[in-house]
Amino acid sequence: MTSGEVVASFVVPVHPHTVLAPDQNPGWRRLRDAFNDAAQTIRDLDADLLIIYSTTWPSIIGHQIQADPNPEWVMVDHDFHDLGSIPYSFNIDADFAHAWNEANEQRGLQSRCVNYKGFPIDVGSVVALTLLNPDNSIPAVIVSSNMYANRSETTVLAKSCLDVIKTQGRRAVAITAMSLSNRMFTDFIKPEEDKIHSLKDDEWNRKILEFLEQGRLEDVGQLSRTIHRQIRVQKVVAFKPMWWLSAMNGNRNDLTGRILAYEAIHGAGGAVVHIDPTSTGIGDKEYDEDDVEFFHGERGVLEGSDEAEIDQSREAERTDETSVSESGPALWDPTEAEGSVNTDAAPKPVGAYPHARKVGDMLFLSGVGPRQPGTNAIPGGPIHDENGEPLDYDIKAQTHAVVNNVRRIVEEAGATMDQVVDVTTFLVDMKRDFAGYNEVWAETLGTVGPTRTTLAIDALPTPIAVEMKVIVHMGE
Amino acid sequence: MGKGQIVAGCLAPHPPHLVYAENPPQNEPVAEGGWEQLRWGYERLRASLSEHDYDAIVLLSPHWQTYVGTHFLGLPNFEGLSVDPIFPNLFRYHYDMNVDVELAQAIHDEAAKAGLPVKMMENPDFRVDYGTITTGHLFNPDWDKPLVVISSNRSTAYYSVEVMQEIMIELGKVTRKAIEASGKRVVVLASNSLSHRHFTTESEVPEDMSKEHITSHAMHLWDMRMIEYMRTGQAQRILDEMPEFTEQAIAESDGGGLSWLLSTLDVPDYPGILHGYGTIIGTGNAVVEWPCYAHEVNEG
Ligand SMILES: [Fe+2]
Repeated sequence: MTSGEVVASFVVPVHPHTVLAPDQNPGWRRLRDAFNDAAQTIRDLDADLLIIYSTTWPSIIGHQIQADPNPEWVMVDHDFHDLGSIPYSFNIDADFAHAWNEANEQRGLQSRCVNYKGFPIDVGSVVALTLLNPDNSIPAVIVSSNMYANRSETTVLAKSCLDVIKTQGRRAVAITAMSLSNRMFTDFIKPEEDKIHSLKDDEWNRKILEFLEQGRLEDVGQLSRTIHRQIRVQKVVAFKPMWWLSAMNGNRNDLTGRILAYEAIHGAGGAVVHIDPTSTGIGDKEYDEDDVEFFHGERGVLEGSDEAEIDQSREAERTDETSVSESGPALWDPTEAEGSVNTDAAPKPVGAYPHARKVGDMLFLSGVGPRQPGTNAIPGGPIHDENGEPLDYDIKAQTHAVVNNVRRIVEEAGATMDQVVDVTTFLVDMKRDFAGYNEVWAETLGTVGPTRTTLAIDALPTPIAVEMKVIVHMGE
Repeated sequence: MGKGQIVAGCLAPHPPHLVYAENPPQNEPVAEGGWEQLRWGYERLRASLSEHDYDAIVLLSPHWQTYVGTHFLGLPNFEGLSVDPIFPNLFRYHYDMNVDVELAQAIHDEAAKAGLPVKMMENPDFRVDYGTITTGHLFNPDWDKPLVVISSNRSTAYYSVEVMQEIMIELGKVTRKAIEASGKRVVVLASNSLSHRHFTTESEVPEDMSKEHITSHAMHLWDMRMIEYMRTGQAQRILDEMPEFTEQAIAESDGGGLSWLLSTLDVPDYPGILHGYGTIIGTGNAVVEWPCYAHEVNEG
């Protein structure tokens, strides 16, 4: 696996003035110059991906990721339409978008890609991409800001993004399109009259910038709720971007910060900030908020009613209390031969074999483990670390994941789970795991009724505890 | 020119699901139906108004959100594709609508005289918000009447429901005044849901009605309370309870549409006609008509 990284982060303002009217106000001009400076920094870093988390794209159904490879339209701001129009044609990394979407789902998040001609890309993203990537040379990806997401959900959203940056070996730049204080003048003003709406807003903005300049991004993340109460109008999206940006930077306080500009845009606080991951060596501060790996649905919006809508595979992922982790031998693309059945929805093989093979109306599956397609993560955790030291793991989560992988392959073949006729299960620790495995079996395949043989074996090729060999009769 | 008249006032919802479910040729996605109770509600509303001629529709949608003043569409025609940024899978609608710029300008001018910050929107590239398009389509699928489209000022977010309501009551009064001065017959439309707590997941088939219900009992109670006031001619009580309703039911009345509507109708003490109620991804929605034609004398 190659190593990818976040090579820089930026905070940038959302309003269109910096694009359409930089010369109407010296402050807007300074912001525009700062955008240009940031764009140069990004080029100098040889970044190959821009990731935008935008507060001006709210979502309700989970997280939305732009996946149209070339979205084109003309953006007109709802408020500042008299400043003019911003035509756009962006270069979106659809592969990254899809991989991030999958990684989100594997970490328990509700997520989807959007790829629709004419989709209205939000003003914050349009401004950021127009100014930071003027020649479109660097592919970008844009994610929405879910209006119901709390800190842990937003943190997990960043971690799934990091999963893909690492898998793909990208040099990524993380960008939050956001205002600091977001209170604008509620009346029309002349450009020359612009200033931060109030002294209190200005003082808080300067405090935030002082922290950022010291590289204390995580401290700003932990202050987000307070900042939101103090200087934020309760628009759709709260002061969440700092949660995402801090998680994208490993929740650190020893980053290197640089304030490129801080000015008012119609009263709101607009800043261009560059955060370099280089440690200042000043020493990290304590991290005292929950560091979440997996989203368990604590939005609590529906109190159980959403559970009914969640399919069984997601349910299984939610039962995974321990962290997902990655390890294992080299992965192979599944082999192709007459009757072979392969799917991206199942984990890649660890050798030259297909996921399954059809003979007449019989379907034979290769041994299926719990590894997750895409990330190779093991729900319930691996059974040992890289050095072979045993780890505590959750056999039930692993068994659930096996059954879900089996289902994906069976369904890919056009069969259904109730056509499974025979299963051979391999456990690496019969004594420890039989009961938990048996319990999940009873709730899942046990309800279908295939014959079953369970064997204890010495080891499996990856650090997993359970594998199943499955035969399906596709007749009738 | 005779005195203008408000023919009727309507509260009508705009979740794109309703247009999606109907499969009009303008919308790209295809559905197997769904949300029939509300769509039939719209049908009854259209039937009820079909006997009453009118010249224009004045509409306030909370999805044209302006933080700086109240804006009015200010060009005679807007054409384009409206894609809902939240439900793009359901709503990609090709619209072509006409604006009664004269009436829009008249309301704008009247509002400016009253001291409200207002602006005409004259950028031809502007995309009309999906709330306006959805309600516009469902209320008048032929699009054969010009609209006046008013933005939703975000004063609830900036200040409070009380301040929002003060502004909206003022905006309602000037809307009425401008309509009366215009000599036109007009329907006024507030486009918003009642309780507004969404589900955060969507079923495989979005129109699967077995998944549709209100998000909580409290939301239902609030919706029914408001609808009861509407049905029994107690508009003043709706205005009185607007802060509690808006906060506790997270109601979409935060956009000001309902307050503006009731003020434009001069706080009606006659019953509204409930044409339909239903939930959409958990939010509560009603189609209600205040039949001004039956209660206000046309002096024109
Ligand atoms: Fe809405």
